[in-house]
Amino acid sequence: MNYTEKVMDHFMHPRNVGKLEKYNAVGEVGNASCGDIIKLYVLIDSDNIIQDISFQTFGCGAAIATSSMTTEMVKGKHIDEALNVTKDQVAEELGGLPANKMHCSNLAADALHKAISDYKAKNGIK
Amino acid sequence: MEKRIYLDNSATTPVRPEVLEAIYPFLKELGGNPSSRHKEGRLVKAAFEKARDSVATAINAESKEVIFTSCATEGNNTVLKGYLSGLRSRTGKNHIITTAVEHPSVLSTARELEKKGTEVTFLPVDKFGRLNLDMLRSSIKENTGLISVMMVNNETGNIYPVKEIAKIAAEKGVLFHIDAVQAIGKIPVDVKDIGCDFLTLTAHKFYGLKGSGALYVKWGKWASPLITGGHQERNRRAGTENVVGAVGLGKAIELAVKEQSEESARLKKLRDHLEKRILEEVPYTRVVGDPGGRASFISNISFRFVEGEAILLKLDYDGIAVSTGSACSSGNLEPSHVISAMKVDPEEAHSSIRFSLGRSTTAEDIDYTVERVKETISQLRSFSPVYDKFLLENEKKSAWRV
Repeated sequence: MNYTEKVMDHFMHPRNVGKLEKYNAVGEVGNASCGDIIKLYVLIDSDNIIQDISFQTFGCGAAIATSSMTTEMVKGKHIDEALNVTKDQVAEELGGLPANKMHCSNLAADALHKAISDYKAKNGIK
Repeated sequence: MEKRIYLDNSATTPVRPEVLEAIYPFLKELGGNPSSRHKEGRLVKAAFEKARDSVATAINAESKEVIFTSCATEGNNTVLKGYLSGLRSRTGKNHIITTAVEHPSVLSTARELEKKGTEVTFLPVDKFGRLNLDMLRSSIKENTGLISVMMVNNETGNIYPVKEIAKIAAEKGVLFHIDAVQAIGKIPVDVKDIGCDFLTLTAHKFYGLKGSGALYVKWGKWASPLITGGHQERNRRAGTENVVGAVGLGKAIELAVKEQSEESARLKKLRDHLEKRILEEVPYTRVVGDPGGRASFISNISFRFVEGEAILLKLDYDGIAVSTGSACSSGNLEPSHVISAMKVDPEEAHSSIRFSLGRSTTAEDIDYTVERVKETISQLRSFSPVYDKFLLENEKKSAWRV
């Protein structure tokens, strides 16, 4: 299966790319041997709303597109609401992903969960 | 049509006009079966045999030593499975030696044989992808029946010393098979000079048709066919002959061999220019392969901190076709088995791109490609967490020095 137009759009024109100047949560997943590393930088305000978010990704087209899409989907959301975003929803928003990419490259939601749980632990939020 | 720069000639090549012209009559009107005794059959048979002569001449074999096949995968399977089954029953020799960097059509077939009880040695390579011939020699045992080594590696362009291997094999009384798929038209291929027993080739790597290959089998070394049925190919490969493919192969190999030295020299200049510019203008890049012996049309370059498929997709968008052995584009998740066998670290193994030049490649194509590569790499690195980490660590190091 080839990439959908939406995947290609997010790959060629990734949204929220790079490293935020100000952030208070970070989530990193993946490793070089599997070929994908995704790192999210998140700025969460005192109402627990995701004010801003950005990503750095080492990986294939799907890894970059899912990172970009994930940041778009959760920006402006309450962290608890953002935690409900799943990998399947990210893939669905992109019009689907090739089967072999679902597991290896669709990691941004995991990175987000990591960032939020770290933030919660740090700030004593349950 | 949009302008495309095709730098994936190791994957396949477009059909050249002379081949098209040669096959046209056999598509349009000459449709007889070469096995038939009537005029329609005889006309086709004559062209088919002429094509066989062309293949034989090109590799310095006898015509009767050339068997037409459907592709190199079939050729490699015929030798490994077909020969080994014949050999095993005849001599009891049940050990074969091959390398870790062969094409999957040899590697997977060898693993299949392993499952069925054949002993297989996969020779490792060093970090440049080179074989150790002493190791090869010492791997040969009493029961070794066959050695199979490729002539030119499809991912790195590395040239393997087949003539020396043939000598070792002959000394030890072991048969020697060469997968020469990437060698025809790139370096001289002379079966008598090399001294091999089997050699595989396929037309679509040198501007012939896909679905058409040939297998050289030294006279007297035949054992058993892979495909059984009719009497075609002296009972060595059954099935109605692919006349169009064979005629195209004959024409393509004739031209490939005639133009080989001039075209290889031309491509070497372009390839060296490509590498020089990329290595000079894009930091943290490296040529993957044997600096001492590579075919002149392949360049495998690693671009640290970015992943191969992402590079491929961006270049494709810019009109440039390249390839990556890396997982992500080929559907399996491991990095290329060839690059991994060279003990390249996993991150770098995911970062390699193969450029393979061909007849259509011009100096302008190379310069345009370099420009697009520069842009692509700097863009992808700008949001690579691995690159970011590398820069931070470097900063720390230089702070220490001050």
